[in-house]
Amino acid sequence: MNMLLILLLLIPAIGGVLAWLSGARHPDWPRWIAIFALAADLLLTLPLIGRAVMPGQSAWITSIDLPWIPQLGISFELNLDGLSLVLILLTIVLGLVSVVISWSEITERVGLFHANLLWATTGVIGVFLALDLFLFFFFWELMLVPMYFLIALWGHEHRFYAAIKFVIFTQGSSLLMLVAILALVFIHQRATGQLTFDYLALLGTKMSAATAFWLMLGFFIAFAVKLPAVPFHTWLPDAHTEAPTAGSVLLAGVLLKTGAYGLLRFVVPLFPAAAHEFAPVAMTLGVAGILYGALLAFGQNDMKRMIAYSSVSHMGFVLLGVFAWNTLALQGVVVQMLAHGVSTGALFILVGALQERIHTRDMRLMGGLWGAMPRLSGFGMIFAIASLGLPGLGNFIGEFLILLGSFRASVPFTVIASLGLVAGAAYALLLVQRAFHGRTAAQPGSAKPYDLTARHIAVMGGLVLAIIGLGVYPQPVFDQVAPGLAALQHEGTPPGNTPMEGQP
Amino acid sequence: MNAAAFAAFAPFTLLGVVTIAVMLLIAVRRNHHLAALSTIAGLLLCCIALPLAAPAAPIAVTPLFVVDGSVIFYAGLVLGSALVVAILSYAYLGGPEQGPREEYYLLLLTATLGAALLPASVHFASFFLGLETLSISLLGLIAYASPREESAEAGIKYLILGGASSAFLLFGMALIYADLGTMSFTQIGVLTRAGNPHDLFRLVGTAMILTGVGFKLSLVPFHMWTPDIYEGAPAPVTAFIAVVSKIAVFSVILRYFILADGQAGASLRAGLSMIAILSMLGGNLLALMQNNVKRLLAYSSIAHLGYLLVAFLAGGALGNEAAAYYLAAYAVTSLGAFGIVAQLSTPGAGRDADRMEDYHGLFRTRPFLAGSLALMLLSLAGLPPTMGFIGKFYLVASGVGAGLFWPVAALVLGSVIGIYYYLRVLVAMAMPVPAARSAAPPATAPLFGNVVIGVLLALLLMLGTYPAPAIALIRLTAGAVAG
Repeated sequence: MNMLLILLLLIPAIGGVLAWLSGARHPDWPRWIAIFALAADLLLTLPLIGRAVMPGQSAWITSIDLPWIPQLGISFELNLDGLSLVLILLTIVLGLVSVVISWSEITERVGLFHANLLWATTGVIGVFLALDLFLFFFFWELMLVPMYFLIALWGHEHRFYAAIKFVIFTQGSSLLMLVAILALVFIHQRATGQLTFDYLALLGTKMSAATAFWLMLGFFIAFAVKLPAVPFHTWLPDAHTEAPTAGSVLLAGVLLKTGAYGLLRFVVPLFPAAAHEFAPVAMTLGVAGILYGALLAFGQNDMKRMIAYSSVSHMGFVLLGVFAWNTLALQGVVVQMLAHGVSTGALFILVGALQERIHTRDMRLMGGLWGAMPRLSGFGMIFAIASLGLPGLGNFIGEFLILLGSFRASVPFTVIASLGLVAGAAYALLLVQRAFHGRTAAQPGSAKPYDLTARHIAVMGGLVLAIIGLGVYPQPVFDQVAPGLAALQHEGTPPGNTPMEGQP
Repeated sequence: MNAAAFAAFAPFTLLGVVTIAVMLLIAVRRNHHLAALSTIAGLLLCCIALPLAAPAAPIAVTPLFVVDGSVIFYAGLVLGSALVVAILSYAYLGGPEQGPREEYYLLLLTATLGAALLPASVHFASFFLGLETLSISLLGLIAYASPREESAEAGIKYLILGGASSAFLLFGMALIYADLGTMSFTQIGVLTRAGNPHDLFRLVGTAMILTGVGFKLSLVPFHMWTPDIYEGAPAPVTAFIAVVSKIAVFSVILRYFILADGQAGASLRAGLSMIAILSMLGGNLLALMQNNVKRLLAYSSIAHLGYLLVAFLAGGALGNEAAAYYLAAYAVTSLGAFGIVAQLSTPGAGRDADRMEDYHGLFRTRPFLAGSLALMLLSLAGLPPTMGFIGKFYLVASGVGAGLFWPVAALVLGSVIGIYYYLRVLVAMAMPVPAARSAAPPATAPLFGNVVIGVLLALLLMLGTYPAPAIALIRLTAGAVAG
């Protein structure tokens, strides 16, 4: 059982090497290797679903702890709880989706592309599993490099600029986090005489309020950049726009979730009092992100940029929910992460397919696509209205629960945040109207564009089922993450506030 | 000098013997292969002899030298790096006939001898002699191996600036001697701690020593020579300057400050912090605009020496460990990077392959070297899974542990700037192959050169993902210097 978590990391890592080496032989080999590696990971993960959902059991489903750098108190400590599990499942599924939809888009350096895709997946899975702070930081940095290559080598016109911007933003903020990690470790060492990077040991470290605040800020900035929260979001539209489709899917679907995960797992539980103090500021940033992202999305002509800004808006809800810090809001955050991963990923795939066909992402040049590509347009409409939060689809559950939870924490924030739903409806419907309805615009390509192929239809069909499933019956997800969230809430509630339902 | 001291000192004696043997060999029979192979074999023997001398440590060998754990570590690093440089030089110079090159190996050996003795020095006399042996040999190495004008120019520059810095160093030593009447590091420490307050003599003397050392370590504001020399010297010699001489000088100055100055007084610490911050920011900022890979690496090495000063300032057991690990990481990475430049270059071509255009499309034409260079650059940038990542982590740990706010802030800022230009080289390698070069197939580099790169790469990745053995070794050797 113990080897399982290591296998989860080793399979895509080695798969990446194999994919790279096999690329020279035949371009299809890396694709199949990537599919097999991710499918193997999925098969390993599936039996874990449903474990440890009984109340009273430990939140950890499985864990492993090996000595790594014993001299510095660093161990190879991987732990899996319900929260990690659902996010890992999302990662693997979107990884598979990325491979499938890149089948015809990526024809250059196929081996290296799939290697980077698998390595990025490895890094993300590691981030969701690592409970040793150094190991966490290792994976956090590890996912950066393959992602950089995915954007810089296979991206669009301004890819180098976008890729460098992405790396500099994330690297700068994560070095701040490294300093905060080390300061926390040394404070713990001075208090207990024990040098350790173990998260479970570092929980509840005593320190002065001012110190806690600065350390919390170090962590918060790293995660807020990744999330991204306003005002650290400016890398995201560039990176999304320039990345190849699979890169956008991974970025939006998975990488942004590592920021949310970090807030949930580290910022609040490690520094409960400081996070509580900071909550109004963070919630302000969240609300600002919701409105600002929606507003900017409304004004974009580039379809990918528009979806990117809508991500900023959706992630604003996540920030709001995390800092509302009650059960309802946290459940909402988890569903919002999953639903956003699926719906935004799907929208990026559709834009990618559209660009492959009509060679533009500019919505001013589109219009009336429904006639030419009914299937693509139909899927586009489903995910656009999912994005605006239509009841029955996953995003609704997420946003509704977050608003419900944050209502208990702060009424004014909730009221302003709800306006984001209105703005969301406006830009999502505008997207549908401008691209798919209306007068048929003159297409730059002479040939009549063809509709989605069977491969894409299968992928989109699966994603539609997922988003409907999340919207209609999200209870299994709640059950899965409940013990983990309860444990986090227990750690993350400052003394003096009882961790009860609805308590901010 | 008793038998135990003799045994402990044997690796250094052996290096001297090898040097003389190679000199005689050249006198008897001029043959490039013979000179190169005997040099490589000799350096290999010294590397093997070093751990055998370890049981005798720590022991004083005459008043001038000491052999202890940190000597074993740093001298081992110097000898190992010199061995790598020797093999790379053999590959670099091994092309078609181009005049005499046997003396190159002799100069390499004398330079290594000077460098290897520096970590063992505990006296101004041995400090200065070792440094001069190193510098004067380097002078020859820079200008000798290639007929290019830039090499001669670089040699002259190094002569003048090196001479000036030696004068500073010597004057500083003289001032301290005038003040305290001793040249032994330990004695200086004893007298300092015995209540001789820092007076103007000693302050100026220490500042002058720092100036001289600052030149050798190419720290801002004493860095001006670095890019020109790095660019002008043949690539393997650049690797030697960047790695071997830096390790040697850093290790002796570390020992000096631990023994003699209790890791420096307050005013000196402030000065050192300033130098560190300037080096980290200046080196990285100046590297941004470079279009020449050797100059870029030169500025990056300035920044890296600045990072290293963070560990130096932090001091204590953690600081010394961090410095030792970082130097090891720096050695592996820089040797790899310059080694790859050397492997790509042919001395007959008029210049080394150091312009950014030379790297366009390298992933296509030379996948192994390009992939290796990519990982070396990631290591310089401090990204996993490489030694540079662990090294940077160690440095930040020591800095945070010692509460050095501004140096750590500069380290973070410098690293972020650094990423930009390292990635620029990576991007260049991923560009399409230029049309002019795609016609002519690339000259194949000698296989053993690639093997050396492969070994460095394996070290980089292994110790970058599982650094525990290296840290254990450092605790056993260099960590012991903690005073």
